[in-house]
Amino acid sequence: MAQTFLFDALREAIDEEMARDQTVMVMGEDVGQYGGSYKVTKDLYEKYGELRVLDTPIAENSFTGMGIGAAMTGLRPIIEGMNMGFLLLAFNQISNNAGMLRYTSGGNFKIPVVIRGPGGVGSQLGAEHSQRLEAYFQAVPGLKIVACSTPRNAKGLLKAAIRDDNPVLFFEHVLLYFNKEDLPDDEYILPLDKAEMVRPGKDVTILTYSRMRYHVMKAVESLEQKGYDPEVIDLISLKPIDYETIGESIRKTHRVIIVEECMRTGGIAAEIIASINDRFFDELDGPVIRMSSQDIPTPYNKGLEDLTIVQPAQIEEAVEKIMQGRL
Amino acid sequence: MVQERPLPTFQASESQVTRDEGHLIYEDMVLGRYFEDKCAELYQRGKVKGFVHLYNGQEAVCSGVVKAMRADDYVCSTYRDHVHALSAGVSARAVMAELFGKETGCSKGRGGSMHMFSKEHNMLGGFAFIGEGIPVALGAAFQTRYRHDAMGDTSADQVTAAFFGDGTTNNGQFFECLNMAALWKLPILFVVENNKWAIGMAHERASSQAEIYKKASVFGMPGYEVDGMNVLAVREAAKTAVERARAGEGPTLLECLTYRYRGHSVADPDELRPVDEKKFWRDRDPIKRFEAYLLEQDLSTAADLKAIRDKITDVVEDALTFAEESPDPNPADLYKYIFAED
Ligand SMILES: Cc1ncc(C[n+]2csc(CCOP(=O)(O)OP(=O)(O)O)c2C)c(N)n1
Ligand SMILES: [Mg+2]
Repeated sequence: MAQTFLFDALREAIDEEMARDQTVMVMGEDVGQYGGSYKVTKDLYEKYGELRVLDTPIAENSFTGMGIGAAMTGLRPIIEGMNMGFLLLAFNQISNNAGMLRYTSGGNFKIPVVIRGPGGVGSQLGAEHSQRLEAYFQAVPGLKIVACSTPRNAKGLLKAAIRDDNPVLFFEHVLLYFNKEDLPDDEYILPLDKAEMVRPGKDVTILTYSRMRYHVMKAVESLEQKGYDPEVIDLISLKPIDYETIGESIRKTHRVIIVEECMRTGGIAAEIIASINDRFFDELDGPVIRMSSQDIPTPYNKGLEDLTIVQPAQIEEAVEKIMQGRL
Repeated sequence: MVQERPLPTFQASESQVTRDEGHLIYEDMVLGRYFEDKCAELYQRGKVKGFVHLYNGQEAVCSGVVKAMRADDYVCSTYRDHVHALSAGVSARAVMAELFGKETGCSKGRGGSMHMFSKEHNMLGGFAFIGEGIPVALGAAFQTRYRHDAMGDTSADQVTAAFFGDGTTNNGQFFECLNMAALWKLPILFVVENNKWAIGMAHERASSQAEIYKKASVFGMPGYEVDGMNVLAVREAAKTAVERARAGEGPTLLECLTYRYRGHSVADPDELRPVDEKKFWRDRDPIKRFEAYLLEQDLSTAADLKAIRDKITDVVEDALTFAEESPDPNPADLYKYIFAED
């Protein structure tokens, strides 16, 4: 057991997989000599050399496409988005080629590529650096989308993503890189398609992911003191969604709140609500509550930024209301 | 008379092809031509659907390059991809069946005209969006270098050819990939098929520097202007570029001056391009020209060439019958191939 930062947990995952499989390589802006903007690839350049830890020019569309071409021909590239928002420039390659090419080619090619990097609303980074692309990408067929949230799951999930034969979009959160946790000494791998039970409970199901998990748990601290017993589930996999775990929980609590950091319109919760209605409508005691970021470009001003994302107090209030039958 | 950009001169005698090589190239060009003629006919008859972009007139580029490569080299194309797939070794049956949307198509009927793929033949696609195939081709080339230099596989010496049009060279992916290919000395050929037009946009109206081959120099890579209506000229340039790539010396840009005889796609009425321009290029037909060369050099007799043409007529007819008789994909397989496990 050793206390490990989340960024270091990711680094360990990459290091272990590169040592294990020569076809695994990293590419992106400043991943090599500089060690990555968030130090996720620190020292790997020295260890594995400039081809296996490839510093690319600032050309997101083209280096993403290059990673896909390399994956089609047998490598397992890990493409780092210096900030996931920058991958908007690679939307075409991620959608048309990472996502759809296997199908379009009638199964000729597989695309074992991981596209990872920091996303989410940070500390006053302004609108362009505060994006949550998971919502934009969720409609692309053929992609798996994962959001890690703890050092432990970050490591186990990234290893699984690297070994997966499909394209995986792997979201980290800018504000979570310095979270610390004891990691197992032995190697472990976590399934990409399983939600994580964060806190079992019986009153209400709270679905969340990435950094909002911490806002939820903050709210849960006070809710516990008030005698509530919410169940908290970290979705982990944003595509496909683990409806098995969600279903089990709903059958127990009959109430659902979804807390997300992406915007409300066309968000992850919007999709989940529709699917919960399809699958578990009869189990629900009331409408599913969705708590999302405001539909605005994230403002720079601290006060306005705080108003943009969901805060623990709002979650607390929502749980109380739903429990009192007022929501 | 439109003033055409002068085609670079090429002394045919400089090029050495054996009788067998000559016949292979001739057969490949005739296959490209006859196959596309058949597609045009089938589209008119409503048998083939979707956007269909034909290659007539440009055969010397594809045959000149791909037949100067090895079977295990990589080929990457655009939406105008039938003929690149054929030259790469994908059977006429598999390409035709794909156009019919059949399960026996090279992309199992899921791709269509613009998405010809074959892993077996290292045919990387088939890309419908402008420029997106170039980075993918770059990735294949990177992979070869990676195997060689990072994994110590000395047998990894494949070369990748990326084909695309003049209009595509105004897209950022073109420049980004030239830069990376030169930077990392990747074994790749950027083959520009400059047919003067991007749908209805004349090249000189879209490019501030119309001579595309010159753009190589700023990336420190060789760029050649090639008579794309002369298969021997293309072959000669391609051989130099392939050798260079295989030797680990890096990429080359080939700008092949050529022309498409038909409209941009079969849906294009082709009313914009001047008649005398069309005539200028048709008078330089690459197949007729190569035929004349083979006869002049005593590499073939008229009977040899006729036998090849007859054979190809049969190949195309056979492909058509095969495609028509092939089964549609099973509706139960609608979701198949989304993920690697399917
Ligand atoms: C990203 C994108 N934008 C626009 C189009 C529509 N489009 C298809 S072909 C074409 C012209 C391309 O011209 P060129 O690169 O010269 O190739 P050619 O068709 O002449 O072979 C255009 C604009 C497209 N397919 N993809
Ligand atoms: Mg063109």
